Amino acid sequence: MKKYLAMLLAGAMCVSLLAGCGGGDKPADKSAASSNAASSSASAEAGVLKIGGIGPLTGGAAVYGVATKQGAEIAVQEINAKGGLQLALDFQDDEADPEKGVNAYNKLKGDGMQVVYGCTTTGSCLAVAAETFNDRIFQLTPSASSADVTAGKDNVFQICFTDPGQGMTAANYVTENKLATKVAVLYNNGDAYSTGIAQAFIAQAKANGLDVVTEQTFPDDTNTDFTVQLNAAKDGGAELVFMPIYYTPASLVLNQAKSMNYAPIFFGGDGMDGILEMEGFDKSLAEGLMLMTPFNAASTEERTANFVKQYVDAYGTTPNQFAADGYDCMYAIYEACLKAGVTADMSAQDICEQLIATFTASDFSVDGLTGSGMTWGTNGEVSKAPLVFQVENGGYTAR
Amino acid sequence: MKQLTPSRKKLVNNSITYGIVIIAYIIIQILNAGGMISPAIQGQLVPICAYITMAISLNLVVGFSGELSLGHAGFMSVGAFSGVVVSLSLQQAIPSGPVRLAVAMLVGAVLAGLAGFIVGVPVLRLQGDYLAIVTLAFGEIIKNIINILYVGVDENGLRFSIANEMALGLGEGGRAILKGPMGVTTNVKLSSFTAGFILVLIALTVVLNLVNSRAGRAVMALRDNRIAAESVGIQVTKYKLMAFVTSAVLAGAAGALYAMNYSSIAAKKFDFNTSILVLVFVVLGGLGNIRGSIVAAAFLTVLPEFLRKLNLDQYRMLVYAIVLILVMLATNNESSRIFFSSLRQKLFGSFKRKGGAR
Repeated sequence: MKKYLAMLLAGAMCVSLLAGCGGGDKPADKSAASSNAASSSASAEAGVLKIGGIGPLTGGAAVYGVATKQGAEIAVQEINAKGGLQLALDFQDDEADPEKGVNAYNKLKGDGMQVVYGCTTTGSCLAVAAETFNDRIFQLTPSASSADVTAGKDNVFQICFTDPGQGMTAANYVTENKLATKVAVLYNNGDAYSTGIAQAFIAQAKANGLDVVTEQTFPDDTNTDFTVQLNAAKDGGAELVFMPIYYTPASLVLNQAKSMNYAPIFFGGDGMDGILEMEGFDKSLAEGLMLMTPFNAASTEERTANFVKQYVDAYGTTPNQFAADGYDCMYAIYEACLKAGVTADMSAQDICEQLIATFTASDFSVDGLTGSGMTWGTNGEVSKAPLVFQVENGGYTAR
Repeated sequence: MKQLTPSRKKLVNNSITYGIVIIAYIIIQILNAGGMISPAIQGQLVPICAYITMAISLNLVVGFSGELSLGHAGFMSVGAFSGVVVSLSLQQAIPSGPVRLAVAMLVGAVLAGLAGFIVGVPVLRLQGDYLAIVTLAFGEIIKNIINILYVGVDENGLRFSIANEMALGLGEGGRAILKGPMGVTTNVKLSSFTAGFILVLIALTVVLNLVNSRAGRAVMALRDNRIAAESVGIQVTKYKLMAFVTSAVLAGAAGALYAMNYSSIAAKKFDFNTSILVLVFVVLGGLGNIRGSIVAAAFLTVLPEFLRKLNLDQYRMLVYAIVLILVMLATNNESSRIFFSSLRQKLFGSFKRKGGAR
């Protein structure tokens, strides 16, 4: 019995780990190696600034971690090609787990990292942010969007919108554009991101005089059937369904709504970005879907188009919002370093104080892919204009 | 060759187990004082202690009592969140950190024990694999309950809600401690390696003493042959429950220690995978082998971090799994076992025995 149990457990672990490894691409390793090589050759004058990246490269959230890693690598290559201050990114896997995130952080700290880039996910970021705050190391996160990440920590900055900020913006957008008076909210109550946006949306929508007819939830691990939730929205006569959820469950919601002939306006957050690139998804289902995302891969704007081209060449997939956030993070760090006169031989603590002063300075702003003229307040939250897109003819149209 | 009496053998055996733990602690403290431990290892010391305690406690259920528990992370979760809530709400009342940690661990242990009692009373009356099924469900239930639970504290005491943070209705100066899926985000870290070491020693003392007592022999007799044990008048439910609740209590204390090592902790951490991870420690270390559990827990916690050094990137966890399988094959293989036992005989001729406390 012992032996069988052992084999069974080993097998189970193997399968689950292999399943988690699906997101990995080989080109990532090559480009990482080449960017390191480039940085070491050109590091003569200004030195190499060591940036420690943390995010999930394996496990269920790997798709986001890999995107933030690859987006940042593209930026690092561009920056290093310019000469001058060089960046070296060491990106460590945290499996989206706070414990592993802190482990990865400690490992990077032992290797002499000077700036933290990460974490990708909120839970891990919260744990790591407390450590960087104690150790006085500057931290910029591409996508950990909870307001708690930066609360009370002057050294932590975000490049993405906060969850409550996004919820409030969405509610105001719906009110101002008179999209609907009766709204339903559908969210994942086992997920911090989804809950954070939904609760802020509900509070703001009520304050704006919208009629929130129903608040429907689903748990984190059973998200395949939404007919009950959709029926509640339909019975309540909701003209708009706000669903700040990730695109995988959202695709099922759209499909099930269609099969029950329910066609309200569906409105999503930035987690919805990527739905059109989803494999096996019928794009016509998403027609009319509105979403708030700071990044549009189909944009013809020169810098974005250039980034998308480089990304596709290097990794073979279209970058999503997470990759663009990662790209912007590297540029934000780089530009702040140039402005503050940070050199690679400074200690992490000195760099931290310099970068905090620069980021919160009123004359510091970054033009990135996810927004132009991004500025930061002392609370670490970014301020940039939100963009609302609507899906038309299988592509995004700015609203 | 000198033969030792069984009781004397046990004493020697148990002293070796205590010795290993104490010596490891002293060595690490000396190295730490000399600044020879990297931050990566330093940060792992407390989780290792928590996992060792988890492994010891689960071994009591799986190894000695012969029941399969697939929801041990659920007890850890109960201990972790109750401990954190207690610690944060008593911040003013008990200013001393170590005392607050001890109180948090105590409350976590008691509540986890209570949960273990509630789960155990109906299930341990049954024969078969029902405990595995029920504990599996228990782990998931606890995770989902904590995911929707909001707890806050103000001058009137604790407030609970399952709706949202606003519904707590906190008064002036109140603050939310547990925020549903966000978990606890403003924890004050109190755990230290010394506290972890003390917990491991307590767990060892409790489990080794229980196993080598009259009650422990009854538990093992029930494992080996239930009918024969019942026929000599051993009460099945009582002894099984004793082992199970003790195990839950220790898991709760380990959970509190673990949670107090991080400034944020969410229910998602204590899912099925964590239960299985602890079960892997136990199975890899050997069922009923306490020393094996300790070594396996420490080894498997350090291994993935060690693999970071090899720059494997996303293949790191794949290598981890392969190493795990190889270790399992090696330790469970008959010929490799004979090899190890003959090696041991050559090295320490007088300690001729097999297995740990079994």
